[in-house]
Amino acid sequence: MNAPAKIQETKAEQSLDAQFNALIAEKTQTNANQRKQAWDAFKAKGIPHRRVEEWHYTDLRTKMRDAFALAPTCVPKADVLQGAGGLESYRIAIVNGRFAPELSSNQELDGLTVTATDGVVSSELASKDAMISLNQALVQGGISIEVAANAKIEKPIEIVRYTDGADVSSYASTCVEIGAGANVLFIESFEGENGADYQSNAFTEIKVGDEADVHWLKLQVESQKAQHIETLGIELGAKVNFQHFIYNEGSSLSRAQLFVELKGEGTHAGLRGISLLQDQQHADITLYVNHAVPECESREYYRTVVDDKARAVFQGKIIVEPAAQKTDGQMMIKSLLLSDAAEINAKPELEIFADDVQCAHGSTTGDIDEDLLFYLTARGIPEAQARKILILAFLSEAVEEFEEERCVELLEAMTRKWLHADEMVSE
Amino acid sequence: MLEIKNLHAEVDGNKILRGIDLVVRPGEIHAIMGPNGSGKSTLSYVLAGKDDYEITEGTITYNGVDWSEMSAHERAAAGMFLAFQYPIEIPGVATMTFLKTALNAQRKARGEDEISTPDFMKLVREKSKALNVTPEMLRRPLNVGFSGGEKKRAEILQMSLLEPTLCVLDETDSGLDIDALRVVSEGVNQLRSPDRSMIVITHYQRLLDHIVPDVVHVLSKGKIVKTGGKELALELEKNGYAEYVDEEAA
Repeated sequence: MNAPAKIQETKAEQSLDAQFNALIAEKTQTNANQRKQAWDAFKAKGIPHRRVEEWHYTDLRTKMRDAFALAPTCVPKADVLQGAGGLESYRIAIVNGRFAPELSSNQELDGLTVTATDGVVSSELASKDAMISLNQALVQGGISIEVAANAKIEKPIEIVRYTDGADVSSYASTCVEIGAGANVLFIESFEGENGADYQSNAFTEIKVGDEADVHWLKLQVESQKAQHIETLGIELGAKVNFQHFIYNEGSSLSRAQLFVELKGEGTHAGLRGISLLQDQQHADITLYVNHAVPECESREYYRTVVDDKARAVFQGKIIVEPAAQKTDGQMMIKSLLLSDAAEINAKPELEIFADDVQCAHGSTTGDIDEDLLFYLTARGIPEAQARKILILAFLSEAVEEFEEERCVELLEAMTRKWLHADEMVSE
Repeated sequence: MLEIKNLHAEVDGNKILRGIDLVVRPGEIHAIMGPNGSGKSTLSYVLAGKDDYEITEGTITYNGVDWSEMSAHERAAAGMFLAFQYPIEIPGVATMTFLKTALNAQRKARGEDEISTPDFMKLVREKSKALNVTPEMLRRPLNVGFSGGEKKRAEILQMSLLEPTLCVLDETDSGLDIDALRVVSEGVNQLRSPDRSMIVITHYQRLLDHIVPDVVHVLSKGKIVKTGGKELALELEKNGYAEYVDEEAA
C-alpha cells in the first residue's frame, strides 16, 4: 500500500480556508470568479514547503504557524509612515492593502495617473506560484500607476505600504505601466507598526516601454516580527534601462521573488540589493531573469551581512533563450557572515540555450578580512569601529552601483543606523 | 624610548623572532637590514600589534609602558606608526574619511578634542602637497587604483598627519623608482625630529643614502647578529648577507 499520504492541512491553511469562504460569501465581492480560480490554484499547491524546489530553503509551511485575519480598512496617522525618510516626493500610500488617498499626495503630477482598483488582475504569473495565487484570491485592494510616454518625472514617486495593527494580514496588488521614453524613480517602502506580528503579501507587475529609464528602490523595513512576501513581475521593452534595488532589513521572515522578462533588444536590467540580517531573521531573494531577445545585459549583484543566527537565501536563475544571442548576464552574490551561527544559502544558476553569450555567476562568503582590519586598527581605529567601517564599505559598493544619487544618501543613512554607526564617520 | 628585550615571537606556531634586543632613543633612526626571511617584517608586525603574531618571550616597552597586552589601535594612539610594505586597498572607504576617522580616533584616545572639518582639510592640503599626493588621489577609495609609488606616498602622508613618535618603515623602498624614492625619502626626512624615533627596515642600502641612519643592525634568523654605524650598510651592499647567513647555519 504505497498510496501517497494526503498532506494534512496546516492550521494556517485552515484559517485561509475560512477567510476565503467568508470573503466569497459577501455578495458584493468583485471578480468572484477570478478569485475562485486563484484560490483553486492555491489549494492545489498549498502553502509552499521545502519539497517545492523553488521554496526549498524557505519552508513557509513550517514557518507560518497561522494565517492572520484580513486587516480591516483603516487610516493611521500620517506621521507613522516613514517612506523615503523625508525626501521630497510624490506620495502614494497604501494601508492594509488598500489605496489611502488621505495619506497620499493630492495634487496632480504631470505624466502620472494613479487609480484605485480592487486588486484582482489578469496575470500569467497568478498560477505560477502559490503565494501569488493566494494574493489574488484574498487581495484587499490595489492601484494602477501609469507614467505617460516621455514623461520625465523629477520627483521620486514614493509608494508607502503600511500594515496597521498586529495579528492581521494584508494583500495588495499593483500594476505599473511606464510609457516609452519615460524617466522615473520609484521608492517603495514596506513598513508596519514596530514590533507587531503581521503578514504582508504584495504582488506588483511592472511593464516598461521602450527606451524608458526606471530606477526602483524597495525598502523592506517591516516590523522585525512580520512575515513579508513580495512578488514582482517585470517586463522590459527595448533599449530600457531598468535598475532595481532591494534594501532588506525588516521582517522575521521575508521573501522577494522577481520574475524579469527582457523582451526588447538592447535593454539593460540591473537587479541589486543589500540585506542586513540579525537575530533569527530569515530573508530570501529569488530571481528568474529571462533573456528572450538578443543583445541585452543583466546584472544581478546582491550583498548580504548576516549576524547572530540569521539566515539569508539567494536563488538566482538566468535563462538565455535560443534567440537571445549576445546576451551579457553577470550574477554575483557576496556575503559577510559575522557569527558562527549565521548562514547563507546561495544558489546561482544559468540556463543557456544560445551559443554566443557572455554569462557568469559567482558567490563569495566570508568573515571580515583580517588584513583590512589590521590596517585600520594600526592607524588607531578601535576594532569595533573598524569592523563597522568595513561592513559599511562592503555594502556601499553595492549602493553606489545603483547609480541614483538621491537614494545613496538615504541608503547609507539607513545602513549606518542599522550598524549603530551614526556618530562614526565624518565625510 | 623603545626598549625591546629578548623578544621571541611566533606566527601559526612558527618561531620567527628568537631573542631580539634593541633600544631606540628619541630622535634616533635605526636601520634594520637582513636577508629575506630573517624576520624583518615580523618584527614590524609584532611592534604594531598584529593579532596572530604572538610574543612567546621577552618584552616590548615604549616610554616605560609595557606593550605586550596593548592592541594595535592603543599602540597607534601611544605613538606607533607602521608604514606598510604593501599598503592595502580598501574599496568603499573614502581616503579622506579614513584619514579623518583615524586622526580623530587617536585624538579621542589621548583625551584630545576632535579636529574640525575645515582645520582637517587645511592640514591635509598642506601635507599632501609636499608629498605630491593629488586631490584626485584623495578622492579615491583608500589606496584603490594607486600605483606602487602612490601607495608609498600615501603611507607617508598618513604618517605626517598622524604625527607618531615611533615610526616603523617596512621596506618602504620596495617597488619605488629613483624619483619616487627621493620624494618618499624627503617626506620621511622632514619628519625627523628630536622627539621622534624611526626604524627603517630595508633589504637594500640605497634607501639609506636618502634616509641616513644613526645605527644599522643586521637581522638574521630572528636575531640581531651585528650592529654598527651607517658604514655597515655600505659593507653589506658590497659583500651581501652571505657571511651572516652562513655564520648562523654553521
